[in-house]
Amino acid sequence: MSHHIIEFRNVSFTYPDGTAALRDVSFRITHGEAVGIVGPNGAGKTTLIMLMNGLILPGGGEVMVGEVPVTRKTLSEIRRKVGVVMQNPDDQLFMPTVREDVAFGPSNMELPPEVIEQRVDEALREVGALHLKDRPPHRLSGGQKKAVAIAGVIAMKPDILVMDEPTAGLDPGARRQLIEIVKGFRHSRIIATHDLDLVLEVCERCILLHGGAIKRDGPPGEILLDAQLMQESGLALPLSATV
Amino acid sequence: MEIGSNFLNIGYLDSLSYRASPVHRIDPRIKTIVTIVYVVTVVSFPRYEVSGLLPFFIYPVFLISVGNIPPGFVLRKLLLVSPFVVMVGMFNPIFDRTPMLELYGVEISGGWVSFTSILLKFVLTISTALLLIATTSFTGICEGLGRMGVPQVFVVQLLFLYRYLFVLVEEALRMVRARDARSSGKRGKGVRVFIHLVGVLLVRTIQRAERIYAAMLSRGYTGRMPLRRTHRIGMKELIFLSSWILLFLVMRRYNLSLYLGILLGQDGMR
Amino acid sequence: MHMADALLSPTVGGAFWAATGATTAYAARRLRKDINEKLVPLMGVLGAFVFAAQMINFTIPGTGSSGHIGGGMLLAILLGPHAAFLVIASVLTVQSLFFADGGLLALGSNIWNLGFYPAYIVYPLIYRSIVRDNPTARRVAIGAILSVVVALQLGAFSVVLQTRLSGISELPFRSFLLLMLPVHLVIGLAEGVITAGVVNYLRSIQPELLSSRPSSGRSLRKVIIAVSVMAVITGGLLSWFASVNPDGLEWSIQRIYGEPEIQSKENPVTEKLQAIQEKTAILPDYSLPSEGSEETDSGEAWPNPDPGTSISGLVGGFMVLLVVVIFGLGLRRLSGNGNRE
Repeated sequence: MSHHIIEFRNVSFTYPDGTAALRDVSFRITHGEAVGIVGPNGAGKTTLIMLMNGLILPGGGEVMVGEVPVTRKTLSEIRRKVGVVMQNPDDQLFMPTVREDVAFGPSNMELPPEVIEQRVDEALREVGALHLKDRPPHRLSGGQKKAVAIAGVIAMKPDILVMDEPTAGLDPGARRQLIEIVKGFRHSRIIATHDLDLVLEVCERCILLHGGAIKRDGPPGEILLDAQLMQESGLALPLSATV
Repeated sequence: MEIGSNFLNIGYLDSLSYRASPVHRIDPRIKTIVTIVYVVTVVSFPRYEVSGLLPFFIYPVFLISVGNIPPGFVLRKLLLVSPFVVMVGMFNPIFDRTPMLELYGVEISGGWVSFTSILLKFVLTISTALLLIATTSFTGICEGLGRMGVPQVFVVQLLFLYRYLFVLVEEALRMVRARDARSSGKRGKGVRVFIHLVGVLLVRTIQRAERIYAAMLSRGYTGRMPLRRTHRIGMKELIFLSSWILLFLVMRRYNLSLYLGILLGQDGMR
Repeated sequence: MHMADALLSPTVGGAFWAATGATTAYAARRLRKDINEKLVPLMGVLGAFVFAAQMINFTIPGTGSSGHIGGGMLLAILLGPHAAFLVIASVLTVQSLFFADGGLLALGSNIWNLGFYPAYIVYPLIYRSIVRDNPTARRVAIGAILSVVVALQLGAFSVVLQTRLSGISELPFRSFLLLMLPVHLVIGLAEGVITAGVVNYLRSIQPELLSSRPSSGRSLRKVIIAVSVMAVITGGLLSWFASVNPDGLEWSIQRIYGEPEIQSKENPVTEKLQAIQEKTAILPDYSLPSEGSEETDSGEAWPNPDPGTSISGLVGGFMVLLVVVIFGLGLRRLSGNGNRE
């Protein structure tokens, strides 16, 4: 299933104001992998995510999704394959009701109404939010918003699920529920986060970004529990390793 | 917090609008049309009319009762917005002193009568507008507007406005709290700080709009907003529409108060 | 300065609704033609921003009272005339529904007063011609302050005009103007300074947001043409309702020259009667189409100044209110079980 693969080939990106956000980044994520992307603020995590579904296009190098390079022409195909869950669910839940929000992606794929309805129900059930279907987004709790935002993305049945800070701003209970949801997926998952315990628990691979380049790529246990490396990279050991 | 109260009221009105009563279930288009006919009928009364307006309380009272809306809330809101109308209306008794009627020996000038009429019209029209939104979700109203031919651009950005109203107001209140926590007394509340706060809020708002647009693109936005249609005009709607409009016209044409008064006067008063 | 339903006649309210509706349709069509898809979420979020900015208060120097921002001109500067008009219209729609500002009939007039002038008159004619394509801090400041002041003066004038044409309030045209314009001059100056400050702040942070507005040069001319068209339409509407209600207009013109007030003090009895009659004639009964001819109307729908029937009317009115309240309580009890959440 080659289309579940996402590959960065020597990707560089510089913002219009001259900030070099990524320098010569290469990696390949294969089918079903759960990969954590960690690094201090400004390391390039958000830029990396925006490159994955063509919200920005690489300045140098190439981003491949399956066999398709991310270019202006392939955007609609790419966005169908790579689903991105934004950090702040308020930015992502823009439709008037939960049901309409989850249906937004499928509707843009021009699926027949019955199929859309079915996908909405499936996606909401998968994140345990079916009972919220008719609520307006501003009447949801933080955890509920996050769950619905994820549902809105998985309703498009993407091959690869990209999440930006999925646990940010959640209380411990909601965080636990979210981790269970993410663990349950069989998509290729890419999770950019400061929550190192989340990476330890969910991911089998970890990419450490520092200053716009990849510093280490390997099993989370090796990278995140290396106290010296963590300190050098402006991070700290995961909580679970310190108790 | 006095500035927050307006916002809290929106939140409260919003929560009222999701209740499930028979009036809440009526198609928003029908309620909007009935409300507009109502307002125009009330306003069409000549300016010395008082008694003929009184029967019109029936519609807001109906909405309050069937829609299960707390009347105290509506009254508080009315008081809050009354100053402009009261101020302008107050000039009627001053400029118009022509005696108009005599009540048990007290002469009442035309100005007082027309002022009373203005106040009545104010209470009637504003309370029905409030009750429209208290018994209809804002999304429902937007859906209704769209289906009555209001341009889609307008409807869509109205929905965006409403969605982000809550988010941005909270952001603004957080900023105000941060400012007030660090400013003792008046010093922090000057124009300069104010401009800076509004500027920061504006920049953040624009950045948020960009993130929202990015989120829309990520989910395949092509320029068309897929909005649902949840309401349908059925028999109940038609009956609601026609009976209220008929009643308004009857009440406009025949002064029920006057008839009732004459009837009573013949029995008891004389 | 929201216009209110209770001060409007249906004709004036309807005429301004028609003008506002036409402008909305025009703005929406223009936007659809050269739309940048990013604009729609930006418009909505900026509308929400206006409310949020109103939550931030400040102390007006020297007075100790607090003020906030209205935002119409700021929207025009950020979004250009068409998008700004629609956003202002939405802000006012939400205000009229949730804050009960003005009411639904007055909404058309309010959108006209607070949206049309800043977006379609002041922005192209004053702001653009001062700032041009070179937004220096000074130009922005002068342009913004002047624009806000002029827009608010036009709006305030419009409120007075609408009130006067409706003929519900007795406030003489001149006195009302003298009351409204200076107040709004002060408000305008304060808001102008704030608008200038905010635009300049934005200019220092994200200058590209201000330079890339679509309306310069060629399209500015289009805007001016549009304004003229609007003016013709408005003029047409005005003359139309002037012909529907000639007395109202005549009366307001008389008021401008200040004659009738002096007259009415002269002759006690006959003058009074005449005055009453004059008033009834000035505001002809706005009969709804289905109500039939006017002559039958004057007898019943009009409170006859005979004290006997007036008392009947009042007593009857109280009875009606009583019946309405009982009806409401009854309904509540009846439906009480059914609609608990």
